[in-house]
Amino acid sequence: MVDVAVVSFAQHNAFREDERNEVEFLQPVIKEAMSNIDLKTQDMGFVVSGSCDYLAGQAFAFVSGLDAVGPWPPLRESHVEMDGAWALYEAWIRLQHGDIDTALVYAFGKSSPGDLPRVLSLQLEPYSVAPLWPDAVSLAALQARALMESGGVSDKDLAEVVARSRSHAASNPAALLSGSHDVADLLAEPMYADPLRRHDCAPVTDGASVIVLAAGDRARELSDNPAWIRGIDHRIEAQGMGLRDLTVSESTRIAGQAAGVADGPVDLAELHAPFSHQELILADALGLGADTVVNPSGGALSANVMMAAGLTRIGEAATRVSNGDGHRAVAHATSGPALQQNLVCVLEADK
Amino acid sequence: MSKSPIAVLGTGQTHHTAKRTDVSIAGMVREAAERALADAECTWDDIDAVVIGKAPDMFEGVVMPELYLADALGAVGKPMMRVHTAGSVGGSTAVVASHLMQSGTHRRVLTLAFEKQSESNAMWALSIQMPFSGGGVAGAGGYFAPIVRAYMRQSGAPLDTGYKVVLKDRLNALKNPYAHLHQPDITYDEIANSPLLWDPIRYAETCPSSDGAGAMVLGSEEVADAASRPVAWVHGTAVRSEPTMGVGRDRVSPWAGRKCAEDVYAEAGITNPREEIDCVEMYVPFSWFEPMWLENLGFAPENEGWKMVHDGATALDGDLPVNMSGGVLSSNPIGASGMLRFLEAANQVRGEAGDHQVDGARKAVGHAYGGGSQFFAMWVVGSEKPTN
Repeated sequence: MVDVAVVSFAQHNAFREDERNEVEFLQPVIKEAMSNIDLKTQDMGFVVSGSCDYLAGQAFAFVSGLDAVGPWPPLRESHVEMDGAWALYEAWIRLQHGDIDTALVYAFGKSSPGDLPRVLSLQLEPYSVAPLWPDAVSLAALQARALMESGGVSDKDLAEVVARSRSHAASNPAALLSGSHDVADLLAEPMYADPLRRHDCAPVTDGASVIVLAAGDRARELSDNPAWIRGIDHRIEAQGMGLRDLTVSESTRIAGQAAGVADGPVDLAELHAPFSHQELILADALGLGADTVVNPSGGALSANVMMAAGLTRIGEAATRVSNGDGHRAVAHATSGPALQQNLVCVLEADK
Repeated sequence: MSKSPIAVLGTGQTHHTAKRTDVSIAGMVREAAERALADAECTWDDIDAVVIGKAPDMFEGVVMPELYLADALGAVGKPMMRVHTAGSVGGSTAVVASHLMQSGTHRRVLTLAFEKQSESNAMWALSIQMPFSGGGVAGAGGYFAPIVRAYMRQSGAPLDTGYKVVLKDRLNALKNPYAHLHQPDITYDEIANSPLLWDPIRYAETCPSSDGAGAMVLGSEEVADAASRPVAWVHGTAVRSEPTMGVGRDRVSPWAGRKCAEDVYAEAGITNPREEIDCVEMYVPFSWFEPMWLENLGFAPENEGWKMVHDGATALDGDLPVNMSGGVLSSNPIGASGMLRFLEAANQVRGEAGDHQVDGARKAVGHAYGGGSQFFAMWVVGSEKPTN
């Protein structure tokens, strides 16, 4: 395989982007990612993005996103209607061909103008399930209840995930929710979608993430300590809530195995868990032990841009590997109701 | 590492029609997929990954429908990707699947694209007025008609060039059992006298709205070498994009289209496309795009593409047959339309195109475009394994 590394990462998170449209807040993030490595978008061998038309309420929403890149002269470019982590997978595949050595990956979403949990109801089987309008939070709550009833997990465990995420987020300037929380105080909060409390659910977030990938020697030119992608894989499950065991994530387990998570110690993991209980399911599926620091950035519970949060996990993990906070890291992205589709990426530094 | 040789092992499509009320979206895509698997002589278990594409989710009203389609397409436990690049998506989906195969990570990949336009209303989905932005066009025809007018003006092409394209494509469609429009009695006069929709585009010069899906199974070199049925080797793939708006954009012959063609010919080792390519399936949703794309893709000098139409060069028995299947003008399940072009090119070089087979087709081009003539996807397929 061609060695490919993350050489630049930039992100932007906001509770509400009232003043700017997607192109207006995406463009500065792309500019920051390019200026980190002193390159222009026109230097990129391949450009690929992830976004969702339904967030903008407009067909072809990704088309205007391309204006933030400036595709002139025309670029080799593609788009997935998926989280940007899958756009990164496509870029990694493209870089394997060996004829180009850089790729720009970006993702963006502006969910605040709509009702995100209700918009996500439209992801469900359209003839018999979506017409009932089951919202994304309620489906996650069903999963949390199933997990708690399977034994071994209590609402205290969920609150501990939240307390740790918020505490980690305090050192991340891009996080929206951070601070020191007492587990007992969190448990005193009212139910939101039983057994989930408001803090168990990721905040609706507007924003964007951008990653630049480079291959081989080009990566070493652009970064003092590139975060090499040692393995990357993704898997999907059946969607129906009755068609799978909601208390485990089989697709994460398979993807983790294929990406080689267990081939070495994992210093840190960035897991895309928009609901606190999902972090426990994911850590279990990946076989992470007590030695692994989970979500040092604060994770999705501190900022969760729909369509970009998975790409952000890869960026956060890569940044820490490049900074020397850890030598080997796992990043994860999810899509679909109750962890239906999952991507796992293993990142490692030379030094 | 360089690209591994790959091939199309099998193809499948649905009978395209205005409303498939007899099946769900899942039932429709499965129909195309099962035909492709049968043609490729393999089963669901042999598929390592699924790459699916479609145009905007609002065309059916389902957000990321691939999530719901995962089990219908046998993707459970496997990697599944969803591509969306506007009207070019069927082509770019095949390109993404090709790239996946060429990285050497899989043995067989199922790629599929669909649109079930009857589930919603594409015209509505394309006409949403965003706050504080200039609107003003209803559907795609309103956008493309002035571009056609610009081409007519700069090339001096006679008004009936478009009529001749439609007549050819609709007669070709009679030889294709999967085509949506079968109009055995169609005449030149009927086309010329059909209502004017967007000057200069007449009703008969536009594509239909279709429900349909197209699928292909791509295989590695090892799998393709062992296949008992004919395969189509992928000689080159390319995608290029440019902005919707911009000073200096040539909407008649977009730079991205020319660069896409340059890229794909370079990869396929083609220096004279008119001589070396035996037939072309290109994305022609409005009749005039045939002469325009003939120029953009390097088959005719600038402003002379229309002469090939009048000379009969693009007829099924011409020296460069174009849209042998009847093209987009005869079937348009939007998201699938690009893949159907790629699929037809593959079937031609496999010698599997049925009554619309071009005799001795050895190298063929599949082409798709989308957005405001700004997204392009192409491939060149051949009957022989590529040597470059």
